[in-house]
Amino acid sequence: MAIVKVKRPELGAGEKFYLGAIFKGFLVTMKHAIDSLRGKTRGSKDLRSSGLGATMQYPEQKWDESMPEYYRGAPALVTDEQDRERCVSCQLCEFICPPKAIRIVPGEIPSDDPWAKVEKRPKEFEIDMIRCIYCGMCEEVCPEQAIYLRKDYAITGLSREEMVHDKKRLYEIGGKRVGLVNKWNELK
Amino acid sequence: MELLTDLAIILAKVIGLTFMVVLPLVPISVYFERRFSAIIQDRVGPNRVGIPLTLFGAKKDYHLFGLVQPMADGLKLFLKEDFTPNYVRKSFYWLAPALTVIPSLVTVCVVPFGSSITIGGEEHKLVIADLDVGPLFVFAVSSLTVYGITLAGWSSNSKYPFVGGVRSTAQMISYEIALGLSIIPLLLYYGDLNLSSIVQHQADHGWLLLPFWGNDSGPPLVEKLVFLVPALIAFVIFTTSIFAETNRMPFDLPECETELVGGYHTEYSSMKFAMFFMGEYAAMVIGSALIVTLFLGGWSIGFGLDAAISDLAFGGLIHMGVFMTKLIAFILFFILVRWTVPRFRYDQLMRLGWVVFFEAALINVFLAAFVIAAPDLGWISTIVGLVLLAIVTGALIWVLKTSDPKHSPNSGLLGQN
Repeated sequence: MAIVKVKRPELGAGEKFYLGAIFKGFLVTMKHAIDSLRGKTRGSKDLRSSGLGATMQYPEQKWDESMPEYYRGAPALVTDEQDRERCVSCQLCEFICPPKAIRIVPGEIPSDDPWAKVEKRPKEFEIDMIRCIYCGMCEEVCPEQAIYLRKDYAITGLSREEMVHDKKRLYEIGGKRVGLVNKWNELK
Repeated sequence: MELLTDLAIILAKVIGLTFMVVLPLVPISVYFERRFSAIIQDRVGPNRVGIPLTLFGAKKDYHLFGLVQPMADGLKLFLKEDFTPNYVRKSFYWLAPALTVIPSLVTVCVVPFGSSITIGGEEHKLVIADLDVGPLFVFAVSSLTVYGITLAGWSSNSKYPFVGGVRSTAQMISYEIALGLSIIPLLLYYGDLNLSSIVQHQADHGWLLLPFWGNDSGPPLVEKLVFLVPALIAFVIFTTSIFAETNRMPFDLPECETELVGGYHTEYSSMKFAMFFMGEYAAMVIGSALIVTLFLGGWSIGFGLDAAISDLAFGGLIHMGVFMTKLIAFILFFILVRWTVPRFRYDQLMRLGWVVFFEAALINVFLAAFVIAAPDLGWISTIVGLVLLAIVTGALIWVLKTSDPKHSPNSGLLGQN
């Protein structure tokens, strides 16, 4: 095909005069502002905006319902369907944790316990939420699937002590998860 | 006794108009700036700060659409540490903020805020000083603000403020001339330099840019419509120059954040910074007040209603409300311009000031003179004059075009290839 020389478009007299273009610009800006005021900003529906611009008004409106399946929030411990603590205090999560946020004191399960065959469970389990970076490595490394990253993201506290989640708090966030590892019970 | 009441009236006007009308306009325009900018950019802007009743044990806060935000900002600036670096030139460093804020507030005194109110059978004009040289006074005093900026830039003794100060000076020189020249057509038209009389004239005979009422007396409508041409040119030049004068967005070279950190006020903190901030916004308020007064009818409400309102005892207050509405509308226009026109490059600004606006304003003076003098000159002289003016304009444009250095499409490093 022959070479086609494309001529660069020349500015017309009106465009060189500049004022008309500026006025057009005013109209564009104004239209955008009015759209924003009417809640018609592009994408405002997908972003579930508050009706002004594309912004969501945070404490009143939250993303909670549309959080993705893979969201990584606060790590928490879970129990199985028979309310047994899944954690066997192997301490793998404690060792893998990059910011060293997890601290476990392992304990033995006494022989008169119905779950004596599991042998170990944590005496203390603490996650320092100031240190936690929500990387999810603890969840990945856990052989018993006892620790999970839940969707809680608003972890607040008035002191450093409050920001350390102890075992009770961790089970509170985690709750119960069924049908995962069944090697310790007879459910199969 | 007479003297005392006079003094009391003057004091009431000064305090009332400066500290209760113009100064509150500064935080209001800051609020509008933030809110309107946010709306333009699909954000929300400050909408939370209100009356914090929960602090006192009540159930609910009143957010008032964030109108209290500027107060919170002001309080914050008050409580910040007022840090003076030890390498600055102290006396000028301390003088500079005052030099930016005071001239802006002094110019308030010639702005007519309303017609007049009658108290005890005596008429009081709603203007602090009814000077017969209004616009000249405003130009003389408001150009002092550049001293503040330049001194701040120089005395801060560091590079960014210095560049900001120098830019401010050069910008001021290139715009002050166009600013002054552009209103000469108006002064020819009004035949008066008193701002109150100018507004009164517009109230009686129609606004300068909207001369569609009050046509039963004074010059005929055709003449006013023909004068719209020089008036519009003057309006564009004057408004642009006011933007440059107040360091607003297309010409905010002295303080452009992207290039110069904060420009001339980089080294300032706390209330000294707040003074610069206030001075800038006060200049914006005064600038738009001047534009509204000269071109858009000042306090006049239009539609031939002004005479009736002026007859009321407190009609001046209604006029003041009208003036404030126009003022705020124009401030919103300032903000609209800020988010529409990108910042000019430095040589473009110089070119615009010296090459385009200076010449345009000068030619506009003659054009306006011809339009005004046309009825007395007769047909032949007017046409000859206009042809001469057109020839001069054409010659000027030709000279400007040919004197422009020609850039080859590949210049600089590309040209060497």
